[in-house]
Amino acid sequence: MANLQLKNVQKRFGNVDVLHGIDLDIKDGEFVVLIGESGCGKSTLLRLLSGLEEISEGDLIIDDQRVNTAPPAKRGVAMVFQSYALYPHMNVYKNMAFGLKIAGQDKAFVKSKVTDAAKKLKIDHLLERLPRELSGGQRQRVAIGRAIVREPKVFLFDEPLSNLDASLRVQTRVELGKLHQELKATVIYVTHDQTEAMTLGDKIVVMNKGRIEQVGAPLELYHHPKTQFVAGFIGSPKMNFLSGKIHLQGTESTQVMLESGRIIVASVDSSHLHQGQTVTIGLRPEHFSRQCVDNILVGQVSLVEHLGEVSYLYMDLNGEGELVTKVDGDNDHRAGDELSFGIDPRKVYVFDEQGAALDRVKLQ
Amino acid sequence: MRLTQSFLSNISVRNVSKSTTVHAVLLAYTVIALFPILIVIVNSFKDRKGIFRDPLALPTSDTFSMVGFEQVLLRSDFGLFAWNSIIVTVLAVGLVLLLGAMAAWALTEYRFRTNLLITFLFAMGIMIPIRLGTVSILRLMVELNLVNTLTSLVLVYIAQGLPLAVYILSEFVRTIPKELVEAARCDAVSEYRIFFSIILPLLKPAMATVAVFTMIPIWNDLWFPLILAPSEETRTITLGVQQFVGQYVTNWTSVLAALTMAIVPVLILYTIFSRQLIRGLTSGAVK
Repeated sequence: MANLQLKNVQKRFGNVDVLHGIDLDIKDGEFVVLIGESGCGKSTLLRLLSGLEEISEGDLIIDDQRVNTAPPAKRGVAMVFQSYALYPHMNVYKNMAFGLKIAGQDKAFVKSKVTDAAKKLKIDHLLERLPRELSGGQRQRVAIGRAIVREPKVFLFDEPLSNLDASLRVQTRVELGKLHQELKATVIYVTHDQTEAMTLGDKIVVMNKGRIEQVGAPLELYHHPKTQFVAGFIGSPKMNFLSGKIHLQGTESTQVMLESGRIIVASVDSSHLHQGQTVTIGLRPEHFSRQCVDNILVGQVSLVEHLGEVSYLYMDLNGEGELVTKVDGDNDHRAGDELSFGIDPRKVYVFDEQGAALDRVKLQ
Repeated sequence: MRLTQSFLSNISVRNVSKSTTVHAVLLAYTVIALFPILIVIVNSFKDRKGIFRDPLALPTSDTFSMVGFEQVLLRSDFGLFAWNSIIVTVLAVGLVLLLGAMAAWALTEYRFRTNLLITFLFAMGIMIPIRLGTVSILRLMVELNLVNTLTSLVLVYIAQGLPLAVYILSEFVRTIPKELVEAARCDAVSEYRIFFSIILPLLKPAMATVAVFTMIPIWNDLWFPLILAPSEETRTITLGVQQFVGQYVTNWTSVLAALTMAIVPVLILYTIFSRQLIRGLTSGAVK
């Protein structure tokens, strides 16, 4: 098992900078999720770690050894691909045994390794089958099994669940979580699905345009996003953003005036900003309440989505913008209804023009 | 209800008529393609008079004769000629496949400085017929002391078959998912092992296609055996048959019998390769 360190890791393809200097510390046994929109460099970062792409600049250190130029196998990493990448002409057993066989391990050892891993993944009855005779979920397990038998220091997963259908994805997600606890391995997992990130990760790395936006535990990112990007990325439905100007600054409470003239109060420290400066306020759909008397927003329902336990109301705020609210599933709101919602000032986020979050006053 | 029924039957009628047309065209083509071969086979079982009196007739008790086969087998070294042809064809096809697959893999997978130049040279090889270089090839073979050897034929046929093989196989190599190779690299498989254990098995169907393409012209070639290896010991079937074709008299019974027998080995090879053609191996590799 291994500690992993990235120091100012950069990647260029020709003249195009893809990664602009990544610094990251990953401790032994951690489940780290890299998340971001497509094209943000998360898969590239994973490929740098695996050794399939060369690092242009910076250091990659696994267990105190710089492994920038080491081939994949020497680094002690194993990768699970999005498309599984099983060898189509080999049966499941051979697929899993191939790496060990190449390494010159003896037959009995290989066999015990493969059968152990197959039992762990509940695919021991499929060992004679060819990949084309397996379902998507089974192929995924074989791909994971192929990684497990090599006993790598670090597992790299590249969007492993995105080819599975919805129900299987949830099931496999749970199993992956259990597997991680069982193996106690260091895992680096790339996904664009925030549910996977929140449920699986000990630590989430949010990436944007080749840079790390924020690193933190799932709930830390949810409650204390450092930037507007992270705030918008974590949480479903997305955080609502309304633009306004500082009306009254302060260290414990800030008043923001929306374009319509309505004042929103937020418990954030805006002492470094001055009056009239443009800011964006962020409101999570689940923080609105019909009982709350602070920060009342009035609007017309334009669309209702019933999900059963909850409903999403899409509201038109009469010139102040649009927003989504999350309400209890048992409601009889319809499109066209006029509704008002309040929101606790302690749950209002404010971001400056550069997208940096203003410090929120600690909840007592 | 009746409307839908008539509509449906209309569709099926149209489908039937369409497939009938297609089958008629294909059938006509098959007949045209097979007719000369059939005539050769039918006439090889007739005596000389039978062949000339009515070339299209089946052998009757009156005209049936194995004299052609007897002459070919007894009065010439047919076994040797056939063996020469088989050796040359199998060696040349085998090497074209191996070298072609290797070149295709290298040219598509690796980036190196002369990549484009080599690809371009292979493309030239497809466009320029190798026979234009016959004189230089003959000179080269004389200098290498390879005239009247099967080696000279094998070498020339490799050069002849390689460009198209590389071209076709490159296209197939491109369809092999990149992740497979990357997965193997993660498994610490050497580049040679990746080629032989992963790429080559996946190229099998494509290689069967190339094998058929390459094999037929080699088997049928008269030009290079005549120029490079005309000696009695190195003659191939097509050249061997020529001894029955005289300037004034042609021994048609023997020519036709020899040709009939020459079809058999190539038919066997074709059957072996075509079984591979049907298999689609890449399915199930990636979703």
